[in-house]
Amino acid sequence: MAKKKSEITPEIVAEHGLTPEEYEIILDRVGREPNLTELGIFSVMWSEHCSYKSSRRHLGKFLTKGKRVIQGPGENAGVIDIDDGDAIIFKMESHNHPSYIEPYQGAATGVGGIMRDVFTMGARPIALMNALRFGEPDHWKTRQLVKGVVAGIGGYGNCVGVPTVGGETNFHKGYNGNILVNAMCVGLADADNVFYSAAKGVGNPIFYVGSKTGRDGIHGATMASAEFDDDSEEKRPTVQVGDPFTEKLLIEACLELMATDAIIAIQDMGAAGLTSSSIEMADKGGVGIQLNLDKVPQREPNMTAYEMMLSESQERMLMVIKPGKEKLAYEIFEKWELDVALIGKTTDTGRLVLKHNRKKVCDIPIAPLADDAPNLDRPYVIPAGQPVLSHSEVWETQDYNDALVRIMSHPNIASKRWIWEQYDRHVMADTVDSSQSGGDAAIVRIHGKNKAVAITTDCTPRYCYADPYEGGKQCVAETWRNLTAVGADPIAITDCLNFGNPERPDIMGQFVGCIEGMNEACRAFAYPVVSGNVSLYNETNGVAIPPTPAVGGVGLIPDLEHFATLKGAQEGDTLVLIGETEGWLGASIYLSVINSREEGAPPPVDLEVEKRNGDYVRSLIRGRRVHAVHDCSDGGLAVTACEMAFGSNIGMQLSRSNDIPTHAWLFGEDQGRYLLAVEEHSVNPVISTAHSKGIPAQVVGKVGGNRIIADGAFDVTLEGLREKHEAWLPALMNKTDA
Amino acid sequence: MKTAVITFPASNCNRDAAMALEKVTGRPAQMIWHRETEIPSDIDFVVLPGGFSYGDYLRCGAIASRSPIVKDLVAKAEKGLPIAGFCNGFQVLTESGLLPGALLRNKQLNFVCRPQKLTIENGNTRYTSQYAGLKEVIFPIAHHDGNYYADDATLNQLEKEGRVVFRYAGNPNGSARDIAGIVNEGGNVFGMMPHPERAIDPVHGGTDGLGLFKSIIESI
Repeated sequence: MAKKKSEITPEIVAEHGLTPEEYEIILDRVGREPNLTELGIFSVMWSEHCSYKSSRRHLGKFLTKGKRVIQGPGENAGVIDIDDGDAIIFKMESHNHPSYIEPYQGAATGVGGIMRDVFTMGARPIALMNALRFGEPDHWKTRQLVKGVVAGIGGYGNCVGVPTVGGETNFHKGYNGNILVNAMCVGLADADNVFYSAAKGVGNPIFYVGSKTGRDGIHGATMASAEFDDDSEEKRPTVQVGDPFTEKLLIEACLELMATDAIIAIQDMGAAGLTSSSIEMADKGGVGIQLNLDKVPQREPNMTAYEMMLSESQERMLMVIKPGKEKLAYEIFEKWELDVALIGKTTDTGRLVLKHNRKKVCDIPIAPLADDAPNLDRPYVIPAGQPVLSHSEVWETQDYNDALVRIMSHPNIASKRWIWEQYDRHVMADTVDSSQSGGDAAIVRIHGKNKAVAITTDCTPRYCYADPYEGGKQCVAETWRNLTAVGADPIAITDCLNFGNPERPDIMGQFVGCIEGMNEACRAFAYPVVSGNVSLYNETNGVAIPPTPAVGGVGLIPDLEHFATLKGAQEGDTLVLIGETEGWLGASIYLSVINSREEGAPPPVDLEVEKRNGDYVRSLIRGRRVHAVHDCSDGGLAVTACEMAFGSNIGMQLSRSNDIPTHAWLFGEDQGRYLLAVEEHSVNPVISTAHSKGIPAQVVGKVGGNRIIADGAFDVTLEGLREKHEAWLPALMNKTDA
Repeated sequence: MKTAVITFPASNCNRDAAMALEKVTGRPAQMIWHRETEIPSDIDFVVLPGGFSYGDYLRCGAIASRSPIVKDLVAKAEKGLPIAGFCNGFQVLTESGLLPGALLRNKQLNFVCRPQKLTIENGNTRYTSQYAGLKEVIFPIAHHDGNYYADDATLNQLEKEGRVVFRYAGNPNGSARDIAGIVNEGGNVFGMMPHPERAIDPVHGGTDGLGLFKSIIESI
C-alpha cells in the first residue's frame, strides 16, 4: 500500500483547481491524505461555482429581507408572499460556459436546472424568462450560437410545458468569446407548503429519483470556474445532455409527492450533482449522510465512485423521506415511470460516508466542506467613472429618418421575433402579456384567480462598463420601472452576476461597484434580492465580457382589472412624458449607432425621483387614467414612442416641448421616465396632479394616423419602419454562408 | 354532459383543455390516465390534449398511440364517440389511424408559436356549427411538427367530403393545401394543430375557441 501514499500528487491537486494552501487545509480537516474521490468532492465544493469564494463576502451586503420575503438567498430559490396563501418562488441562473461550447444542450440544461431549483421547493413552474448576450452579429460563431441557444431554450421549455414569456437579447463584441445564457424560472406554491433542503433526523431514508447517472458533466462546476482559451472546445464532454421529458415527469411526480406529508427535505442535483446535493442537505440539517453508491441508478457500467459523485447528469433529485412513507414514494415515482432508489440514510456522525462495491470509498467530515470553503478578499479597484459628455460633444445627424431607421433596426433594438416565436408563450393558458407585445414586463395570471405576477429581466452592460456603480443602480431601477409600467407592485429580485476573471483587480472592481450600486437601489425601493447566482471567469484569452449583472424582477398585479401595457394607445390620445429630460447621450444607443462611440458617463439614476415618478405612474394605471404605458430607456423617447406605436399599431407624432438639441431630445436616455398615452379629457388632471407632487410631466405628442413623426426631425410610415425593425434578425439568421 | 381529457406522460395542455371544457359545460372534466384501459361509458366527449407525449421521441404521438387507453378510444370512436385532438392530440389521432395523414416537421424547421388566423372551411360540422357563419377565427399555434401531409387522393377526398374544417390563412408550417384541421368520415373525430383551448378568455387575447367547444357540446 506504499503506492497509495503518493496517489495525490501536486499535479492532481492543481488539476482539481485547488491551490497548495487549500490542499493543506484539506489534509488537516481529513486528518490524512484524501483519496481521489474525496479530493474530487473537496474540489467541486470549493470551486468558485459552488463556494462563491470570490463573491461571498460582497453578496452579504445585499438587502435580502422584506415584508413579503418568505425565504431569501441560501435555498434553491427565493420565496415571496403574494397574498391569499400564494407564494412565488423564483431564481435566475447562468449557463454561460456550457452554452458557448455546446449551445443547444448548454441552454437546454440551463432551463432544466433553473426549473428544478424552483419545483424542488414545492412550486409549479409557471413562467420562464431568459437574458441572452451574444457577440457581434457578424462574428463567425454568433449565428450558430444564437440558433443553438434559442432552439435549446425552446426545445426544453416547450416540451416541459412552461411558457417562456419574455427576456432580452443583446449583441456586442465584448461577448465574442463568452456568450451569456441566463435563465429565470418563476413558480407558484402554497405559502404554507414550501419545501427546504435541510435534512433532519437520524436514520431517515434518502431517495434518489429521476434520470440515471452517467458520465456526463463530470467537473462541469470546475469548468465554469476557469477562463476559456483556444482549447475550450475540448471541454465539450463536460457539458450535460438534457431530457425535458424526464423533467416533466419529475415535476409531476414531485408535486404529487409534495401534496402528501412524506418529504423531510429535498434538493435537486445541479452543479456538482450528488456531491453538492447530499452535502448541502446534510450541512444545513447538521446531520451526517451515508450513501451506498451501488444503489445509484447508473446509465453506464463500471462507473467509479469518483465519477458518480461528480457526474452532472440532469433531471435528478435527492430527498429525505419520512420513515414509513417509503412505499408511497415508490408508488408515485413508479407511476411516473421514473427511476427511484433508496440509496442511503441520514446519520449522527456529521460525516459523509460512501460505500461502493462493498468498500468504504469516502469518509470525510461534512462541516469543513461548507464552513472552511475559501472566502477570499480579492483586491479590487473600482474603475473611475468616465467624463460626462455634453450635447455638443455628440455629433448630430443631418438625416433623422436615416438615424431612426438605423437605430430601430440595430441589433440591440430590432425585433427579436425570430427568437420568441420559437418559444411557447401561452401553454398553461394564463399568459396575459409576453414578448409578443414588446412590453416592459411579462404578465402571468395566477391560475384560477384574478391577480397576476409581472416579470422582467434587465441589464445595461454598457452603463455598467462606463460606471459600475451607476450601472448597477440602473439595472435594478430599470426592472423596478418595468414592473411599475405594467401596474405591478415590484416585490423582489433575483440576479445573475456575470463578470470576467475575479483575480484581476479591475474586474473585481467592476463586480464590487455593480453590487454596491444594485444594493443602493434595492434599499431605496425596499426591493430585496431573494436569490441569484454568480458567474465569473467569463473571459477568453484574457479578454473579459462587459460587466453584466442581469436582474430579474417580480411584481404583483393585485387585480387584473388594473394593469397596463404599451398596446393600448388609441387614435386621438395625447402622449405625456413623466420625468425630466435633459437629453443624456453619454453611453447611449445613439452615441454607439450614429457616432460609433462607446464612451461617456451613463445617465445617473436619482432613486428618490425614480420612486416618486414610478409610484405616480402606478397610481394612474390603477385609477384607469392611461391607455398605454411604456418605460423610456434604451434609445430614449424616439425608440419608446416607436415601440408603443408598433405595440398599439397606430402612428405617433412627437412635438417639441423644450429647447434642448434635437438628437438629445429624441435619443437621450435620461432615467426615471415613462411615456403615457392618455385620453384627451384626462390630460389636464394627469399633468396638474404630477406638478402638484413636484413630478415633471409634459405633453410630448399625439397618437394617431399611420406615420411616426417628430417635429423637425423624422417622418416615416409605421409599416415601413416596422418592416425594417422586423427584418434585421431573420436576415441575419437566414443568411447562407458564402 | 360529461367530458374527459386523456393524460399521457408529458401531455402539457391537459389542464388547459380541462379548463376549457369546464368553462363550456359547467362541470369539471374527468382526467383519464393513459394506462387505464377503458373510457367510462358515461363520457360524452373526449379531448386528447397538446403537449409532448413521451417527449416526442420516436415520432410525435407514436408512442402515445400505443397506450392502453387508445385501444378503447379507437373502439369507441368507431361507435361514434366525439373525440377531439389538439396539437399533440391531433398527432396521436393520425398515429392511431383515427384520422388520415401525418404531421411532419414544420417546413421552416423551427418551432413556431404565434396567434394564427384560420378560415372556417366547413361551418356545418359538429365542431363548427355554432360559429354562425363566421368565416375567420384566430387561435394560437405552438408546434414543431405541424406540417400536415397526406397523399393527393386522400387530400382530394377530404376536400370533396367537406372534411377540411379549418385552413390556415397564411400557412405557418408548410401544411398541404393549408390544412389546419380535419374530421373523420363519421364527423365525430376531429383534429387540429392550433389550440382553441388557449382562446377562451379575454385574457388570452381572444375567445374564438369557445365556438368550437360549444359546437361539439351542443351536438351531443
